[in-house]
Order: sequence, then C-alpha cells, then structure tokens
Amino acid sequence: MVDAAYTPTEKVDITDVVCPVTFVKTKVALEELEDGQILQVHLNDGEPVQNVPRSVKDEGHQVLKLKDNEDGTYELYIRKVGD
Amino acid sequence: MAVDYATLKKGGFMRQKQKNHFSLRLSVVGGQVSASQLAAITKVAEKYGRGYIHLTSRQGIEIPFIRLEDIDEVKEALAEGGASPGVCGPRVRTITACQGSAVCPNGCIETEELAQELNRRYFGKELPHKFKFGITGCQNNCLKAEENDLGIKGGVRVSWLQEKCISCGICAKVCREKAIRIEDGNIEIDRGKCNYCGRCAFSCPTDAYETAPGYLLSFGGLFGNKISKGVTVLPFVEDQDTLFRICDAALEFFKENAVPGERFKFTIDRVGREKLDETLWSAFEGN
Repeated sequence: MVDAAYTPTEKVDITDVVCPVTFVKTKVALEELEDGQILQVHLNDGEPVQNVPRSVKDEGHQVLKLKDNEDGTYELYIRKVGD
Repeated sequence: MAVDYATLKKGGFMRQKQKNHFSLRLSVVGGQVSASQLAAITKVAEKYGRGYIHLTSRQGIEIPFIRLEDIDEVKEALAEGGASPGVCGPRVRTITACQGSAVCPNGCIETEELAQELNRRYFGKELPHKFKFGITGCQNNCLKAEENDLGIKGGVRVSWLQEKCISCGICAKVCREKAIRIEDGNIEIDRGKCNYCGRCAFSCPTDAYETAPGYLLSFGGLFGNKISKGVTVLPFVEDQDTLFRICDAALEFFKENAVPGERFKFTIDRVGREKLDETLWSAFEGN
C-alpha cells in the first residue's frame, strides 16, 4: 500500500463541466505545472471518475490517489510527468 | 467460347448489370491495404475501370467496370503492386478485423497477425456456403464479431497484484459489469460477471493488474436476408493453438453437416446446437 499526504501545487474543479471538457480542463491545468508538481482535481462520480483518471494515465502522468468525499465527488491527485 | 462466370466469380470477378463488365473484388486481409497496393489499384481503376473504387461492407475493395478482355492484364498490373483478386461464392471469405492492440488504446488482442494467420489457414476454403470470420479487439466490438459465422472477440483475463495497489477504487468505478468488490483493501473479482473487457487494468494508475489476452468466440451469426446473432458457447480461450483447433472443428462441422447453400446458422438449427457444442467443447479441451 502506497499512502502519503500529497501537497498539491494547484487545484482545479471540473464538477461544473462535462466530457470532454472535464479532461481538457485537467490537461490545461497540468500544462501549467512543472515536472513533478502535483495537481488536485475535484470531480464528480460517474462518467468523470470513470474516464479522467484513465486519460491522465494514457497521457503519461502519474495518478497518486483518489479520495472519495462521500458526497458524490472525489479528489484526484496527479503528479505531472514531463514538461 | 462461353464465359465461365462461376470461375470468374470464384476469382473475385463479380458480374455487373452491364454486359461484359465486372466489379473486381480484391483480397484484403484484416482491412489493411499498403500504399503500394493502393498505387497499383489506382492505376488499374484509372486504366481499366472508371477511375474509382468501391469500398464493400466487409473491408473489401472492388474496382468496378473491368472489361472481360482486360482480365489477364488487370491481374498482372495488380500483382506488380502486391495486390490480388479476392473470392466470392461458397467458401471462406475475407477475414475482417479492427486494428487491435497494435494501434487502439482499447485493444485487448493483436488482430493483424491473427487475421493473416486465419487467412493463410482458411481463405478460399471450399464449403457448402459462404463462411465469414471477423475479429474485433475488445468488447467495444467495432468489428461486430457476432455478425459473422465465426466471430472472434478479444479480451483479457485480469489478475490483481496486491503489492502494487493503492486502493484508489478506480477499477471498481470503471467496471461496467460490477464484477469488482473492494473490502478492507482487498479486491475480489467475480469471475462469473467479468466480461474480460480490461477496463480495470487499463484504468489502473499503478498497473496493479496483470493481463493475459484471449478470445471469446461466437458461432452462427449472419446479417443478410435473415438476421441472427452468433452465440457464445465456450469459455474464454487463452491460446492460439486452442483457437485454431476450434476454428478447424467448426469449419469441419459445417463442411460435414451443411447441405449446399445453407448458412452455418441454419445447419446448426437443423442438426441441433448440442451437436455443435459437443464438437466445439471437444476441440476446446484439446481432443
């Protein structure tokens, strides 16, 4: 089990948009970061939580943790990989 | 001399409404056509046809308006670019395939080589009626496996790797079959529900799933005058030797039991599904 307190450099809320803007917003936020920095994404249950983590992984970034807020939303912690 | 239309049709020359003109069907395997083949096809369409091609519903290419007297020259011109006529009539038809795991992020199995191998083994094999193979790389089923007499659908068997897991729960979220249960950091996979789609493994941030590719097979599909969905009878097939043994058995069953002009589905209905199942199970188990 890997578990650590991740301190995000930036936060982004994607609960106000739908696919594919959810991923676009996440991607844009990641582009602002430096290699190794952490992004915290606030996202909805359902389609966003099913697709955004996989898209982030496919882009080569590292998904560190998914925290269930138990109110139908999640916090996703991503470490940016590459420039 | 009388024109032997049956032989021409067998060789991919489809008789047109227009007298002495043929739509030439080309051999295409798994929907892949090389640039050099395309160049030769372009040349032939411009010189011997009417400057266009037709894309068939099963990933084939036809060059319409080829004249009877040009047939030999056309064959030669195509051969220079590595292209050749296909087949029609009562035999194994074009092997269709999606791009599979070589290209597609959802692909569970390699499809191009598999299509080539099936083509080497079975293409043009004489049978009581047409017989179609189709390969689709995953549960998204872009290639519509169940429309075919023998449909092959790729999947992966997943195994959980506890030491890599961060218990994020994404796998359970993405599973459309609700086959994954997480309890106290442990993952339980309901094998009865799992459909081998691999979404859990593809989405896993830490690659905490090991995947083994394999095949889900369907038998007796057809989508013409009559429509019927191919039926899956066997468990997940995990190796190609078994896959080919089952294909051999299905084709042999069709050859032995079908009356001329009868599609696989109707042979199965007439002879009895349980008789086919017995044959398929025996091949699956290695006999």
